[in-house]
Amino acid sequence: MMKWLHTMASSAWFYRFSGRVIPWLMILFIALLLYGLYGGLVLAPADYQQGDAFRIIYVHVPAAWMSLFIYVVMAVYGFIALVWRIKLAEVLLISSAPVGAAFTFLALVTGSLWGKPMWGTWWSWDARLTSELLLLFLYFGVMGLYAAIEDKRTASKAVSILTLVGVVNIPIIHYSVTWWNTLHQGSTVSMTDKSSMHIDMLAPLLVMALAFKVYYGIALLLRTRTELIEREPNSKWLKAIIEEKIND
Amino acid sequence: MMQLSKLYLLVSSEFLTAFRNRHEALNPLLFFVLVCLLFPLGIGPSPVLLNTIAPGIIWCAALLAILMSLSNLFRTEYENGTLELMVLATHSLTVLVIIKLLAHWMLIVLPLILLTPFIASALGMSFDVQLTLLSTLLLGTPVLLLVGAVMATLTLVIPQNGMLLALLVLPLYVPVLIFGTSAVNATASGFSAAGPLYILATLCVLSLTLSPFAIVAALKTGVSQ
Repeated sequence: MMKWLHTMASSAWFYRFSGRVIPWLMILFIALLLYGLYGGLVLAPADYQQGDAFRIIYVHVPAAWMSLFIYVVMAVYGFIALVWRIKLAEVLLISSAPVGAAFTFLALVTGSLWGKPMWGTWWSWDARLTSELLLLFLYFGVMGLYAAIEDKRTASKAVSILTLVGVVNIPIIHYSVTWWNTLHQGSTVSMTDKSSMHIDMLAPLLVMALAFKVYYGIALLLRTRTELIEREPNSKWLKAIIEEKIND
Repeated sequence: MMQLSKLYLLVSSEFLTAFRNRHEALNPLLFFVLVCLLFPLGIGPSPVLLNTIAPGIIWCAALLAILMSLSNLFRTEYENGTLELMVLATHSLTVLVIIKLLAHWMLIVLPLILLTPFIASALGMSFDVQLTLLSTLLLGTPVLLLVGAVMATLTLVIPQNGMLLALLVLPLYVPVLIFGTSAVNATASGFSAAGPLYILATLCVLSLTLSPFAIVAALKTGVSQ
């Protein structure tokens, strides 16, 4: 297990592997996205209360799920980076942050667009909105700290500790804000309970969620490749890959 | 296990250095009073309005004052190299960190708490509301200090870290602010403040037990650079 992990964690192996995987992920992403958008925007029936405006959930809900998911994944990378000192985990962590921040921002913007016709206001001090906004600041904090420390190894360690502290705090922040004020509608999709959404509406949503996950995978791999080159510009593995490219 | 005499030496040296630099302890206090003064000036002197927002004003001002005091928490030790010796020393770094934070709390935060009854009275708070305010501050400020200290040590290697520190610290201060003010508001409107007070106590215990380890880890990465 550990040996396998270390092979996978070498920059050269990761660079070659990701290069091969990205095209396939692209195909998968486009297929899922097209099906999800068609199913969500055309096939799914209009909501009896919200009309066609509800269709924004096909972007809003997956983005909101991803915003939390990516932070948790970052904390896992941070843990791996601190405990096993795997350099690749550090790079994966910091490459995830802008993607997560983008999803958080997307969730906020789509939510605000939906809120105007439904609640009659662009922004309300509702618990979920506020905790999502705080999450955005947590992402900015991670990116800011990494950018501010010059030595990138030290920066990575600091960021790993920061995400671990953040992940302990996220549930506390979330519940404190919920306790403070709630207007947002409750979740309609749940892992444990029977979902209160019809299957025609639900299926495209789940497909869109998958599409977003695959997109995260693509963005993460691309960012990590760039970051690896930036960090190790004179390394042997990079020279070997460039020579191969030239010889082709 | 650390011997008691060593522990005593550590505590006394911490307090002595803090006492010698007592002018530094005065700045957060003045800042706290000034921020509290700005709110009535900006909002207007209406007693009803001031009375409703008084808990928020005092909590925000206390929170900002603690934030301001964070950036020189380990600054001198880092710059003159004492921090390296602390990390290399044979005795537990965790204990040392706890002692440092205790000294910081007693010399900077405690005076601030002792000052709040005056400001609270000026904003028209009644006595039993003030009592709740004091207990929320006693339970909440250690959380602010401990969480803030983690972020302060993480940004230690950055020379001008003030704004970044605020960005890192303030989102994490939200729960304490919410429960602190809601306890005071509950008392003010005649309800029991027990719920939020218990949660504040939980947060206090959580941060007391968990954050020293994060601080130690952050100190080690800072020094190893």
